[in-house]
Parts: sequence; C-alpha cells; structure tokens
Amino acid sequence: MNLRRLLLISVPYLWLTALFLVPFLIVVKISLSTTAIAIPPYTPTLDLAQGWAGFKDFLSQLSFDNFTFLTQDDLYWKAYLSSLQIAALSTLFTLIVAYPIAYGMARAPDEWRPTLLMLIILPFWTSFLIRVYAWMGILSDEGLLNQFLLWLGVISSPLHIMNTSKAVYIGIVYTYLPFMILPIYAALDKMDDSLNEAAVDLGASRLSAFWLVTLPMSRPGVIAGCFLVFIPALGEYVIPQLLGGSKTLMIGKVLWDEFFSNRDWPVASAVAVVLLVILIVPIVLFQRNQQKQQEAES
Amino acid sequence: MNKRLSWFNVTSLSLGFAFLYLPMLILIFYSFNASKLVTVWAGFSTKWYVALMHDQPFLDAAWVTLKIAVSSSTLATVLGTMAAITLVRMGRFPGRTLFSGMIYAPLVMPDVITGLSLLLLFIAIGLDRGIFTIMLAHTTFSMCYVSVVVSSRLLTFDRSLEEASMDLGASAFTTFRLVTLPIILPAVVSGWLLAFTLSLDDLVIASFTTGPSSTTLPIKIFSAVRLGVSPEINALSTLMITVVAVGVVSASLISKRAIIKQRREEQEGERV
Repeated sequence: MNLRRLLLISVPYLWLTALFLVPFLIVVKISLSTTAIAIPPYTPTLDLAQGWAGFKDFLSQLSFDNFTFLTQDDLYWKAYLSSLQIAALSTLFTLIVAYPIAYGMARAPDEWRPTLLMLIILPFWTSFLIRVYAWMGILSDEGLLNQFLLWLGVISSPLHIMNTSKAVYIGIVYTYLPFMILPIYAALDKMDDSLNEAAVDLGASRLSAFWLVTLPMSRPGVIAGCFLVFIPALGEYVIPQLLGGSKTLMIGKVLWDEFFSNRDWPVASAVAVVLLVILIVPIVLFQRNQQKQQEAES
Repeated sequence: MNKRLSWFNVTSLSLGFAFLYLPMLILIFYSFNASKLVTVWAGFSTKWYVALMHDQPFLDAAWVTLKIAVSSSTLATVLGTMAAITLVRMGRFPGRTLFSGMIYAPLVMPDVITGLSLLLLFIAIGLDRGIFTIMLAHTTFSMCYVSVVVSSRLLTFDRSLEEASMDLGASAFTTFRLVTLPIILPAVVSGWLLAFTLSLDDLVIASFTTGPSSTTLPIKIFSAVRLGVSPEINALSTLMITVVAVGVVSASLISKRAIIKQRREEQEGERV
C-alpha cells in the first residue's frame, strides 16, 4: 500500500520537477549569465565535475548585468508598458462586449441555454491560430471591412487597422471573449430574480435595479473573467505578430525576437524572468478572489 | 433570472454571435473562391482543396501533429489523473504545496516562457530536438489541465461508494478500477479531449522545442500566413473548423440525450 502510494505521488511529481521546475531554474540561471560567442552562447556554465570549488567559481561569475541592461535600453520597458496597456485595455473592451451577451444568455429561456452555451464554447475548441488568421482578410486595407464601409459610403478612403495596435485589440477581444462570457454567465445564472423584482416593487426603475442589484451580484464573475483575459493577454505572442505589425510592441514578441533573431539567450531569459515577476501580482490576486468565492459558497 | 428577453437582450445576443461566427463563416466562404486574391470573389471552385490534398509538406505536418497530439494527450491523461488523485486523496505529504503549485503554475504561464525554459533544458541535457521533445513539452502542460478537470470531479463524488467497496473486501486497485474509474471517466475523457486540442493548437511551445526536421501543422500554417492571406490556408481552416464543429455538436447532443434519459428514469423511479 505504501509503495503504491509512493509510486502514485512520485511519478507526476518527478515529471513536473524535471520538466517544469528545473527548466525554470535554468532560465533564472541563464538570466544571470553573460553572453558569449560559444556553444552554448553564454557563460559561466556549471561544471559539476569540479565539485564545490567549481560551484563557488560559478556563483562568483553570475551577474545582474542583463537586468540592468533591460532598464537602460528603452525598448524593453516600453515593451513592458505597452503590453500592460494593451492587455488592460483589451480586457476592458472584452468586458464591454461580453457583459451584454452573458446577460442575454442568462435571461434566455431554459431550453435555449444549452445551445447558447455550446455556441460560446465551440470557438474555444477551434484553432486559436485560425481564429486570429480569420481577421487578417477582414482588417487589411483592401479587406472586407474596408470594402463594406466604402460600399456603404461611411468612409471615403480605407481605414488603416491592420498592422496597428487596433487590430491587436480586436484580435484579443475576439479570441478571449468566451473566457469573459462564461464566468459572468455563471454568476448571473446563479442569481435569484426575485431580488430584481423586489427592487422594482420597491420603486426602482429597471435600469437602477440592474445597476444596484444585478451588477453587484455579478461582480465575482466579472473579476474572474477580467483575470482570465488579462493574464494570458499580457504574454501574448501570436496576435501581435500576425495582426500588430512591426510597430506594435509586446513583450512576448520581444522575447521571441531576442531569442530567435538576436540569439541573445541571457537577455531573453532576463526578459522572461521580469515578465513572470509582473505576472505574479495578477495571479495572486486571482487566486485570492477564487478562494474567497469558494469560501462564500461553502 | 428573468425569462423575458427584451429587445436589448435579443440585439446583444444576435450581435454577439454574429461577431463570434462571421469571421469564421467568411473564412469558409472564401475557401471556395476561384480567385487567388482572397478579397475578390471570382466564382465557386474547390481547387484549393485539391491543391491541399496534393501538398505533401502540409500532409506530412498534419501527420506529425496528429502523432504528437495522440501520444501527448494519452500520456498527459494518465499523469494528470495520477496528479489529481494525489492532490485530492493523498492528504498531506512532504512537498505538497510545491506539488500543487507545479500543477497550477503552467496554466497561467505564458507560452513563450514555457517554450523558452523547455528548450534551454533540452539543450542543457543534450536531447535531440524533434517530435519527441515536442511530445514531452505538450504532455507537461496538458497534464496540468487534465488534473484540474479530473480533480474537480473527484472532489464532488461520494466517497462512501469507495468505502463500501473496500468494506466488501475489494483491494485498493480493484476499487479504483470498478468504482472510482467509472465515476470519474467522463472527466478523464474530457481531460483527454482538452489535452488533444491543446496539443493540436499549440504554436509557440512547439516552435521553441522543435528541431529542424519536424514541422507541426500550426508551425506550417503560421509561416504561411505571416506572408499574408492564402486560399489554401482557408481551405485547411475550413476542414479543421468542420471537424471541430461536428465533434462538439455531436458531443453535446449525446450528453443532452443522456440527461433526458436520466430524467426519465428518475421520474419512473418516483412513480414506482
């Protein structure tokens, strides 16, 4: 029994240690190394054969130079700031688009709901890459949106949306919409409508009943949805690469280029470490929010 | 909630679903376009599908992707289920906090960081990069999703069933096989499907952990669409969307029928 228990725990434990924890420690280590023209392209390399002396020697060669470099070159902090801005604004836009949809779903007749839910989840199962790609043909200068607006006569010359940050906003709202709709819908679905009726009976207008009753009741869902969009949007690579063009700076793209184009592994690792430090704040807040929710329910 | 839909609800639902589905419908529509220019309609044609069927690099990439997806999702389901049982059933053991941290952290880790760290590991231990390393990478992040899905099922089910089985003399393994597994099976299956889709879909982690000889379908699509819109990719996308839509719709019909059947049985049970 005890052997079986040990086996059950240790197999996934060792797997995650070897393929999640150790790789991450390697990133931290390389972020403290210096670039070298060698294979692998950084120094120092840890040589365990030299024993304790080798390890001390290794420690003395580590430096924070890459992190100071990140603060000196304004490319990096601009990329971090613009990632934060794009992630925050697109989370807000996603909320604005998602809320009325979730609200409509929660008010829909019971027999429609499974179908509506399935229609929200279905895009999640289809390829992310394809959903982003679908917008390339729509947003380009000679794309369908511009053709349509020109035909309507709303605009006289094509709008430049593709290869700007506007296209990135649209891409993020589109691909992350289900992550926002589902938690809001779940919160609204649990709500007892007699609360709303009570507010109306007591003389509130429908709008103020919504504002004073429904909206506060859906707050946990709104908060969860915002984190579920903000956290992955911050490190997004595919959307800015395909829709944002070369002028839209996002940190995921900078990391990718630093690694694949510049082959500067230590700087790429430092960029990754800083991104993770930034992400810890929303992740901890999200976990606290989820825990509070669970406690409130039980 | 209220069951009366106002005009506002109807409008927001219609606009919302139009926003979600129009881009994909446009993509499907233009995959039947005879013109190479994606924005100009030049008559109906299926020639891009024919071209796709003869595009050997694409077919090879699809085969590589499928191999990785099947193997990584199967392995991830086994490991993820073990991890879920460890988290929910094993109580305290040394390093439990670290373990649950390692289960949840990959879910929120940006793909670029996961990819970078795994690549640096594979280089450090001198592992040749290719299908095998992508499979390892996919297994690692998918097993965390599987374990979250399975552990939520484990948390809600009635443990007295397991205790009854043990009291009646079944061994721990027999109890798992005959009682626990059938109950958590729907969660295990959805975990597998989730892992399979995540693997099919992944571009960033595969790009980091691949070698020169193995290209997956997302990598192939990505390098093609970076150059702009192409009708062949539209045809490929249409095929992929169709497969997913058929799968999801039939899965939801099956589960709906199961619910109806269950309700009917419950009603009959009440009558007796």
